[in-house]
Amino acid sequence: MIHSEIDRPGAVQRSAISEDEPFPTDLPGAEQPWLSIMPEFGWAPLNLRELWQYRDLLFTLISRDLKLRYKQTVLGVAWVVIQPLLAAGVFSFVFGTVAKFSSGKIPYLVFSYAGLLGWNLFSGILTRITGSLVANSHLIAKVFFPRLILPLSSVGSVLVDFAVAAAMMGVLMGIYHVQPTPMLALLPVWMAMLMAISLGAGLIAAAMTVSYRDVQYIMPVLTQILLYASPVAYGVSQVPAKYRWVYELNPLTPPLEAMRASLLGTAMPEAGALGISTALGAFLLLVGLYSFKRMERKFADVI
Amino acid sequence: MSSSDIAIAVRGLSKSYRIAHEKEQHSTLAESLLHAIRNPRAAFGNTGETFFALKGISLNIRKGEVVGIVGANGAGKSTLLKILTRITGPTAGRVDLYGRVASLLEVGTGFHPELTGRENIFLNGAILGMTRTEVRQKFDEIVNFAGVERFLDTPVKRFSSGMYVRLAFAVAAHLEPEILIVDEVLAVGDAEFQDKCLDRMQVVSGHGRTVLFVSHNMAAIRSLCGTVIVLDHGRMIFSGPAAEGAAFYAGRSAAMRGNTWCRPAGGSPSRVGFERVEISLEGSQPAMTLDCTMAIRCLEQSEDVFVAMDIRDDSQAPLMQAMPVPRPFLKMTPGLHQLAMRIELPPLTPGRYLADVWVGSHHTITNDYIKSAVAFEVSAGPVAGRTFPYPPEHGRIMPVTRLGV
Repeated sequence: MIHSEIDRPGAVQRSAISEDEPFPTDLPGAEQPWLSIMPEFGWAPLNLRELWQYRDLLFTLISRDLKLRYKQTVLGVAWVVIQPLLAAGVFSFVFGTVAKFSSGKIPYLVFSYAGLLGWNLFSGILTRITGSLVANSHLIAKVFFPRLILPLSSVGSVLVDFAVAAAMMGVLMGIYHVQPTPMLALLPVWMAMLMAISLGAGLIAAAMTVSYRDVQYIMPVLTQILLYASPVAYGVSQVPAKYRWVYELNPLTPPLEAMRASLLGTAMPEAGALGISTALGAFLLLVGLYSFKRMERKFADVI
Repeated sequence: MSSSDIAIAVRGLSKSYRIAHEKEQHSTLAESLLHAIRNPRAAFGNTGETFFALKGISLNIRKGEVVGIVGANGAGKSTLLKILTRITGPTAGRVDLYGRVASLLEVGTGFHPELTGRENIFLNGAILGMTRTEVRQKFDEIVNFAGVERFLDTPVKRFSSGMYVRLAFAVAAHLEPEILIVDEVLAVGDAEFQDKCLDRMQVVSGHGRTVLFVSHNMAAIRSLCGTVIVLDHGRMIFSGPAAEGAAFYAGRSAAMRGNTWCRPAGGSPSRVGFERVEISLEGSQPAMTLDCTMAIRCLEQSEDVFVAMDIRDDSQAPLMQAMPVPRPFLKMTPGLHQLAMRIELPPLTPGRYLADVWVGSHHTITNDYIKSAVAFEVSAGPVAGRTFPYPPEHGRIMPVTRLGV
């Protein structure tokens, strides 16, 4: 039948339901739905329970990233160690040998590697999260899952990198006979501070990238500037006193210095500075999480 | 209808998008900020036009029902499915789902070419919402269904496209949700595999699960679905038994096909131009004809002209040109010239076709050319008894083919 004479508007009425008809659920004693979908406005709850239900997806995505990252490379996972070692080598040559900055009793290579350990945790999370939504846009447009899984999975793979790089730190300290301090036990605290700051900032950046790809291009520049504005390749003690206040504005300074102090026994930052940085990290994380949730619902429409 | 029979209840469901006008679209942050600074009110208020992809949809779908969703492109089918699968949220209204929903919106979502078949089964399963334990339990079944045992540890980039699709579908087919959404995925794979998929859909619905099936293929809809929903411009214009729904849709698309084109008020731009074009699709597959009547207005004595009609598919790809033997040329004396033309169409796959009309005095001299002037819709398939779809990637024209000649 190519075209038919049947064009009965009357057919529309058949079994159509009026908008006012009550939901089956609203009838007394009715079975409750498995899920209700309604429009969302304004700030949404984080819905951690749902996130937990999708934990298998989180772990699968982390293992996907790890498996894929060094496919078709000759050196494979060794890159996790080689990259910061090369950077630390350059830093120790430029700052230690050429500019003759002092790193105290600590060999400059170990000193700058310790700085890079924390820095790479921060910048790795920030960079990966920023790109995580756009890189997985095909998933966002096709399937439902809590969108937070994507940035969280990038945190997972950065943490694995951190573990490998930290083991290398141990090896370096062994080679150069640097004794760890008892403060080493506080390492997870400094890690948590760096992660809170990077996760918070990264979530905002990731959500903005969905609409404005500019963010992808500005982030590497900002990260580069921040690298030199943070005590990574040098200690705060090297900074002339009149510029110190600039460093106090940078929330990364206390955890980076503290991490190095825990590992190598350099000067620990003041408790006040650490407190401010912790509060700022927690605030940034909350703002990041909630603004991500708020922007999340238009991802599939815009991406 | 008691409440425990219901699988999906939808009330007043709407989804609107704000479409900014060309000038107001900001793809960069800087543009957007500049705009916000210049028009602080507009930046926060609603500007642009509101476009409703879905408007006021209300329906109940019973458990175990197989529902076909049909409608032209842009009718809101995909939007409805995206809301039901929670990919995007509604603007108004509410949906209650009584059971887990899984969709085959696109098979192989999240498949990674570098990973092996085994790794992809776990990855894809997790993306579709299965736990690792569930995937492990179904693993052998999935592998058997796809028939890729020997290649489990090969990266899927080395798979043939057929194997790839089979594996992808196999994972999705073993989801065992209470509500399954299928969107034209059957347009992949070979005939044997498509049969396997249709069987699988019937098995799923046989187990009391609800299936929503979106397709342009009315034959498949009629054979698989009990109920049909017809969407048009975001509204539901029919819901009822499949046979009636299919007939309703066919009748409607014939009426809606835009088989007449009239020059908008304002007169003819050239000395010779179309005033009115009308087509009607006659006969049945595989021997359809397109009967055209054209009115050509001539303002002053002009050179002789001839006409042509280009037929395109709905993605605008040109399929064929119809041109009557260009002799004798049409004499162009001032006045309105009526012209009747019959085109014998080759067998065509179901879908919407567009036709351009052209009039000129030489193949390099165009007097008038109206792109996509008229459209027609072919709803029946060219091959009698074929239940599987006609994927567009295999072409739109199906020559009459016989075995054993």
